[in-house]
Amino acid sequence: MEGQDLAQAYRLFECIQCGRCTGGCPMSLKTRFNIRRLIYEALVYENIDLQSKEVLWDCSTCATCTLRCPKGLDPTDIVIGMRSILVEGGRIPPTIRDALKSLAIRGNPLTMAKEERADWAEGLGVKEISEGAKVLYFVGCSPSYDPRVQRVAKALVQAFKKADVDFGILGNEEVCCGSEARRVGETGLFEMLQELNLETLEPYPVELMVTTSPHCYNAFQNEYQGLDFKVQHYTQFVAGLIDEGKLPLSKEVKRIVTYQDPCFLGKQNKIFEEPRKILKSIPGLELRELDRSRERSLCCEGGGGRMWAEGTNPEERLAHTRVQEAMDLGAEVLATACPFCLLTLEDAAKTVAGEIEVMDIMELVVEAL
Amino acid sequence: MEPRRKGLKPAALVIGGGIAGMQASLDIANAGFLVYLIEREPSIGGHMAQLDKTFPTLDCSSCILTPKMVDVARHPNIQLISYAEVVGVDGGIGHFKVRVKQKPRYVDVDRCTGCGLCVEACRLKGRITSEFDVGVSKRGAAYIPFPQAVPLKATIDPERCVFITRGVCGKIPACKEACAAEAIDFEQKEEMTELEVRAIIVATGFDLFDAHLKPEFGYGLYPNVITGLQFERLSSASGPTRGKITLNGQEPKKVVFIQCVGSRDKSVGVEYCSRVCCMYTAKQAHLVKEKIPDAEVTVLYIDVRAFGKGFEEFYDRVRGEGVVYRRGNPAEIYKKGERLIVMVEDTLLGESVQLEADLVVLATGITPRGDAENLADLLRLPSSSDGFFQEAHPKLRPVDTEREGVYLAGCCQGPKDIPDAVAQAKAAASSAIITLRNCMEVI
Amino acid sequence: MGPRIGVYVCHCGVNIAATVDVEAVTRFAQGLPSVAIARDYTYMCSDPGQALIKEDIEKFGLTKVVVASCSPMMHEPTFRGTIQEAGLNPYCLEMANIREQCSWVHGEKDKATRKAIQLVAAAVGKAFLLEPLEERRADVTPAALVIGGGIAGMQAALDIAKAGFLVYLVEKEPRLGGHLAQLGKTFPNLESVTPLLSKAIEEVEGHPNIDLLTSAEVVGVEGYIGNFKVKVTDRTTRRELKVGTIVVATGYDLFDAQLKPEYGYGVYEKVITGLEFERLVSSSGPGEGEILVKGKEPQDVVFIQCVGSRDKSVGQEYCSRICCMYTAKQAFLVKEMLPQARVTVLYMDVRAYGKGFEEFYDQVRGEGVIYRRGNPSEIYKKGERLVIRAEDTLLGEPIQLEADLVVLATGITPRRDSLKIANLLKLPRSADGFFMEAHPKLRPVDTVMNGVYLAGCCQGPKDIPDTVAQAKAAAASAMAPLCQGQVKVEAVTSIIDEELCSGCGICAEVCVYDALSLHERKGVMTINEVLCKGCGACAVACPSKAIKLSHFTPTQILAQVDALV
Repeated sequence: MEGQDLAQAYRLFECIQCGRCTGGCPMSLKTRFNIRRLIYEALVYENIDLQSKEVLWDCSTCATCTLRCPKGLDPTDIVIGMRSILVEGGRIPPTIRDALKSLAIRGNPLTMAKEERADWAEGLGVKEISEGAKVLYFVGCSPSYDPRVQRVAKALVQAFKKADVDFGILGNEEVCCGSEARRVGETGLFEMLQELNLETLEPYPVELMVTTSPHCYNAFQNEYQGLDFKVQHYTQFVAGLIDEGKLPLSKEVKRIVTYQDPCFLGKQNKIFEEPRKILKSIPGLELRELDRSRERSLCCEGGGGRMWAEGTNPEERLAHTRVQEAMDLGAEVLATACPFCLLTLEDAAKTVAGEIEVMDIMELVVEAL
Repeated sequence: MEPRRKGLKPAALVIGGGIAGMQASLDIANAGFLVYLIEREPSIGGHMAQLDKTFPTLDCSSCILTPKMVDVARHPNIQLISYAEVVGVDGGIGHFKVRVKQKPRYVDVDRCTGCGLCVEACRLKGRITSEFDVGVSKRGAAYIPFPQAVPLKATIDPERCVFITRGVCGKIPACKEACAAEAIDFEQKEEMTELEVRAIIVATGFDLFDAHLKPEFGYGLYPNVITGLQFERLSSASGPTRGKITLNGQEPKKVVFIQCVGSRDKSVGVEYCSRVCCMYTAKQAHLVKEKIPDAEVTVLYIDVRAFGKGFEEFYDRVRGEGVVYRRGNPAEIYKKGERLIVMVEDTLLGESVQLEADLVVLATGITPRGDAENLADLLRLPSSSDGFFQEAHPKLRPVDTEREGVYLAGCCQGPKDIPDAVAQAKAAASSAIITLRNCMEVI
Repeated sequence: MGPRIGVYVCHCGVNIAATVDVEAVTRFAQGLPSVAIARDYTYMCSDPGQALIKEDIEKFGLTKVVVASCSPMMHEPTFRGTIQEAGLNPYCLEMANIREQCSWVHGEKDKATRKAIQLVAAAVGKAFLLEPLEERRADVTPAALVIGGGIAGMQAALDIAKAGFLVYLVEKEPRLGGHLAQLGKTFPNLESVTPLLSKAIEEVEGHPNIDLLTSAEVVGVEGYIGNFKVKVTDRTTRRELKVGTIVVATGYDLFDAQLKPEYGYGVYEKVITGLEFERLVSSSGPGEGEILVKGKEPQDVVFIQCVGSRDKSVGQEYCSRICCMYTAKQAFLVKEMLPQARVTVLYMDVRAYGKGFEEFYDQVRGEGVIYRRGNPSEIYKKGERLVIRAEDTLLGEPIQLEADLVVLATGITPRRDSLKIANLLKLPRSADGFFMEAHPKLRPVDTVMNGVYLAGCCQGPKDIPDTVAQAKAAAASAMAPLCQGQVKVEAVTSIIDEELCSGCGICAEVCVYDALSLHERKGVMTINEVLCKGCGACAVACPSKAIKLSHFTPTQILAQVDALV
């Protein structure tokens, strides 16, 4: 695709080059990635040489740029479009290529076996949705396979059981939602995964889907075509359970906690209150707010394929900055509600002097049960 | 309120006592017709009364405005009805019947001398956010909005006065005890009057964009992020800091101005340009340099719209004084220690920068009045897509409306600077005078 | 019996009283010679304050009044009215400004009080010598003159005519319409100009109150507000018109693009101005509505902003206010007529400030017009095509753009003959060469010449709606004296001592109001008191000290000085 085609497809002409996209871009704090300039180059260069733009893989698709744009453009989508061109040309970081291959073959990007997807739930007494349930718990890839994130899935199951939620999982039938595939520019693969999931879901009379990951939530809520049930992120669902008195949090959790707004939950879907509501419902817990929070939260760099690609400046990590900020607040726990945030922040916490625990909100909830 | 008897002199109604409404009133009155000027606030003057200096000549705003306010009050053909609202309009060109609600001031204006004793005595003195100072200072429930108010009469805020809301304020309300003129009158009631007029000029002005709607700038969260209008009050010699630009007693040394806050921004539903912010920011940047010469002053912009007479020259001058203009509209503000960090891409460098600041001034844009729709309904006036009242033709009939006999003046039709608002007001007056002179025989 | 003076010291709430010990000032005033009574009060300007003065005038038989309060700009008319109502001549009032010039600018109470005392002493010193002056009125000829038949002049003429007054509309060209007649479509609504303009012209031509004089020029103006005598010639005949007020609507010229030789205008046929572009795309133009350059449709069209605007190198410091939007409109038209053409606009700042402008700018970019930031440095030829050299400041790279058509957005300049009109009407011009308004904020259409008003681009660049509003505004100002039928004449004027005057005429040279002339028989200067504004310039210039200014006579001023030092 030439610059002019990009310009037509993404309405680049309407850009006024104000710079809000790049100014707010978390990557611009550490790399030369400059979406404002890329848009301009696509507009004014005869041929824009995207193939050499390794920086395109820096973007974590946090969508701050889209949120800030005064002219209603969607720079995040433009990055994805540019990545598509790279993918078509075969210019793709090998680690991402492997992840995509695994997605296509095994339905997960982690090169794990398809038939091991539900192993984490063994012995927990979780029924499969085929046995009939109103609520479908869509687990997601990392919570299914990654031992650290499996603890979040298990915590959710524990809470669901406590609240007597009639729920089931897809088990080994579940495949990746495709959110990351779409964001690295593999639109075809995303569509394939969408189709697979829709086919699998078709026979079940589900009323509500609850996801572990904000990324899955965002894909089902905003990108899937033809879902006929409601989708919620678990923070919404659990906040509802607490509200209805179905999930009594009785034990004190005497900890100072701060909260990282995941971009796909906060900035992209404006779910700011529910996670805080859950935390505030835990007896004994003291919630301290980070200066950069809600609409101004700082990305952990886990999205947009960045779990499999380091980007052009792996030395500096925003997750590190984030952990430091949490420690400066005097927080003992940095809580979040996203598998990617959990992993990147925990990684960063290991390299920081001092003690801070990175936890998912659900892990705090089960401590209070 | 005692409207003059009909048939005495052909009359026009002007709604709104800002600079546009005042100018329109004066022109109609000077042509020999009676004008009812309705202002809903306790004093006329509007936004212009709040400003420190005006661009590009740096005239003191209140020094040029107050004589005009006095002219309005003294003009034999103008009947000023302040603290009142239009609640109904019937009829048409040549024979409008307008219902006006006079809100109770709880002060007998004939007795009140504007001495300010009640203001000093009020038990809530210093406890209510001053609208005039945009929160930079506090007032009481008994108040005079600003020293040069016209009419210079006290008003008691019915929503805050404890005697009105709870029925008790000590043994005798402090204001009543203090007033030597015995002007405090808690028995006052709302009064309705009907006026007959032949033409109506709408000059209801504008609201400022609510900076809270852009949470990325932390307005309301960080005390050193303020709006342009708050800056005016800080900088004004007659303002709460007597013109010293200080925050918590400290002079800022790094000041960042952000343009287009709530202008040219579809993400907050404001597509249009507010027309005045570029220049008021240039002026404010100049004032910082003048008052704090060693301050670093940066203006962050997308396009500098210095289009009016003497504007480009002023923009040249301000840059010449050392104000740094950097092209790029910021994305976020966050805190680092005591200072603020403004995140912005300098689009001319193609680099993201983190600017330190101890004062950030947001150039908030102009929006239609929050209740503009109500008035549009009353007058059956169409609005354009931006929410401002719509003129009859965008090129050739900029002050007339689709409703014959109703004319537009000032920012209620769209953002405007002072001279454009004044010209527009005089233009509306011209249309009204033509109507008044031509339906002399109608009634 | 000598004068009996009353002194009134105002607290202005706390404005004065918090910084100046008003009671001390009052006590001091009470002790001054000829002061019959001195009082202080919270607000002298309030009704009870004024009543106090009136009662005292009667009770103490006061002949002069001193008010120590705010600036006379603020309340001199108020207090003149007050004492007049009590039977005194309004000029028997003197004000001491102890607010703006004392309490507002000083902090220490002791020193501020001392200064207030001095100011009051000076005012009393002058009041002692004040003389009554006579306020007069002059009748007004109920007609107006409008100079210039563009959209501004037509609108002003129509408003005044519709209000029922006779209007002479003088246009130097054979036809009405001015620059507007040369335009195709308006921004941002893309309406055709011709039908809009024809309707307006018909209305002007058909209005019974408008006396239209085309191919005519104003060659002489005499008189003053209410009674101007204007000489108009149309080459063959000469007419003298009597009017009460004058509206100047003489419009603008376009910047001459040849003054920027780096763009090759006049050298390359494919470099044209914005106005020429209007003709090019007009259905009545050479291409009959098609854009053709040398018979071919251009593939690359480049628009250059700020040609003769924001450019000190050609003496044009100011922004021309309309070029950004007319360029946006023209770029849009190219895209509409030649969808395949590449259209680029080179700019420094896009000034889309008016109602619907930003929205239109959005629309134009949405159509595929490319805006690149950078003002070009030069244009040269490469084969049949042109190459524009510029820096793209957003890339930070020099660029060379090829084009088949370059459109220069030339700016607005004052009329080349504006000095002639300025001299005829004694109008000052601002630094940019446009006629100067009386006050840049609050009197945008009035001038320092009473009875002369400005409409449209002769005062500075403007788009059509702003011009129309301005024209109606000028009409409103011009109508007021016509409606009133009489005008007030300044009572403070210069007075000539014929004994001392040598008739040298130096005073006439310094007088910007043409108020002085030589009395042919007496050989001394005389003053036209209606024209005199009381500025005092002649009094200073007179080598024989034959001129003094009433109300500010040397003895009065010296009495003030004596009290101060």
